[in-house]
Amino acid sequence: MAVKLEIDTRPKFVLAVVDSLVMIRRSSTHIIRNTDQLLGTFFQPIMFLVLFTSVFGGAIATGGGSYVNFLMAGIIVQTIAFGSTTTAIAICNDLQKGIVDRFRSLPMSNLAVLNGHVVSDLFRNGISTIVMLLAGLVIGFRPTADFGEWLTIVGLLALFTLSISWLSAIVGVVAKSVEGVQWLTFVVIFPLTFASTAFVPAESMSSWLKPFAENQPVSHMVDAIRALLVGTPAGDSILWSIVWSLGILIVSIPVAAWLFKRKTTQ
Amino acid sequence: MTKKDVVIEVEGLVKSYGDTEVLKGIDLTVERGTMLALLGPNGAGKTTTVRILSTLLGFNAGAVSIEGHDVRSEADDVRSVIGLTGQSAAVDEMLTGRENLVMMGRLYHLTKESAKARAEELLEDFDLVKAAGRPAKTYSGGMRRRLDLAVSLIATPPVIFLDEPTTGLDPRSRIAMWDIINKLKQNGATILLTTQYLEEADQLADQIVVIDGGKVIAQGTAKQLKAKIGKDRLELTFASDKLFAAAKKALGKKLLDSDDTERTVTALLKDTNVDVRQVLDILAKEDIKFESMAVHKPTLDDVFLSLTGKQTDSSEEKA
Repeated sequence: MAVKLEIDTRPKFVLAVVDSLVMIRRSSTHIIRNTDQLLGTFFQPIMFLVLFTSVFGGAIATGGGSYVNFLMAGIIVQTIAFGSTTTAIAICNDLQKGIVDRFRSLPMSNLAVLNGHVVSDLFRNGISTIVMLLAGLVIGFRPTADFGEWLTIVGLLALFTLSISWLSAIVGVVAKSVEGVQWLTFVVIFPLTFASTAFVPAESMSSWLKPFAENQPVSHMVDAIRALLVGTPAGDSILWSIVWSLGILIVSIPVAAWLFKRKTTQ
Repeated sequence: MTKKDVVIEVEGLVKSYGDTEVLKGIDLTVERGTMLALLGPNGAGKTTTVRILSTLLGFNAGAVSIEGHDVRSEADDVRSVIGLTGQSAAVDEMLTGRENLVMMGRLYHLTKESAKARAEELLEDFDLVKAAGRPAKTYSGGMRRRLDLAVSLIATPPVIFLDEPTTGLDPRSRIAMWDIINKLKQNGATILLTTQYLEEADQLADQIVVIDGGKVIAQGTAKQLKAKIGKDRLELTFASDKLFAAAKKALGKKLLDSDDTERTVTALLKDTNVDVRQVLDILAKEDIKFESMAVHKPTLDDVFLSLTGKQTDSSEEKA
């Protein structure tokens, strides 16, 4: 052997961070190379935005303001929620293809595989959101947010993305196949995004659905983002959306890590 | 006896899934710089053993240590001295060959520069330079295996597990893989190889352990195992049914076996020198001419058949 190998001797927690960075890079490369998925990342949000504004725009009463101003927050949050499926699919794929065995035979941090997928999801969602905002501007979206509000929006959306991706990671670990992932996330994400204030105000919903729609995490997040974007009344939605997201994170990270470890040491 | 330099030590290894015991007390020792082949049919427990030895799987009883590190309590120490390749490992299909190597190098905690330099060296060694910039999913079966093996060698681990490294490869790729494995051994690596091919164990390994149904049923060098099963055989083929029948009659109880369709008779040789002459004398006396003659050494296939009572390739139902 000609090459002299140097081992990175930095402390263990630094190496754990390096492991995660390596895995984030891997997952991000996957996203960039997966052309079909990448096209979806760009066009799905634009399609939703245009369809919803032109189909429902005239019929939905949003209490003043244009529908596209009302819809923007909803469509951003919905896209992130739907997009979290890719985290689950990526983890499920890894587990099925045996590459996780290889990773686990290395002296690397256990959480790095999950970290890689979750954090790269953050990048992908960032791109989607920017695309949507730009498309929105073209069709008449007029945000009123100031700099501080934009920062809060970025922070809230990042927190929301992380929490829902970790939740999705659990699905990815538990599911036995990619089809299973799609089915599982569909039954969870679909009702959460549609029975919410994302597309219509809660006042217009059936009386049995209204209490759910007003108090579930997606609605809080949508209300908070909408308030920050176009100045609708925020109420305590910002606080609630932070509480929900942190709550989900605190529960789902250890659960996902535990399930992952259990699944891979059987 | 001199003290041996044991690198892989397994004692009384037991593993069950629910009520099913898949390993029923396996003992193995592999000394530094040698290669041990774990030989057995599908479902014998080969992959389970490798997964346990490479810290991927827990077990129910026994003790396993690699380079003196316990696989359970010192898993990270074990992981930094082993390389795993074969059916239970894999490469990242979306990444290029080069990216796979650098990534794994970083995860072994090589510095960035070392990982890159070592990746180039391995691409060269494994004849993957031309394909280095292509995603691994575009690789042929043989190229994938080479990349897979290269990846497990990125940090030059002193202990290497090869889990059925040639299963599913065409004959040319298999021989290329054997060359590579032999080189690893020459460079001083300690290797545990699993295989269902007797020829492979015979060609590569210093020691062979035959397992079946989760138990060790025989061990030794290829030579010792063959000796255990016995003697050379003389095989004679005849040009016509008439000669064949005459030969069968003349040889009488010297005959071990005969094959009507091939018109061959087989005689067991207790002492090759004496017995070959005797058989030929008998035939000469009766003026029975044979078409061809061959002396067969026992193969590991014979060993396997006599130990397990089944053919090596007819064990699919156990998988």
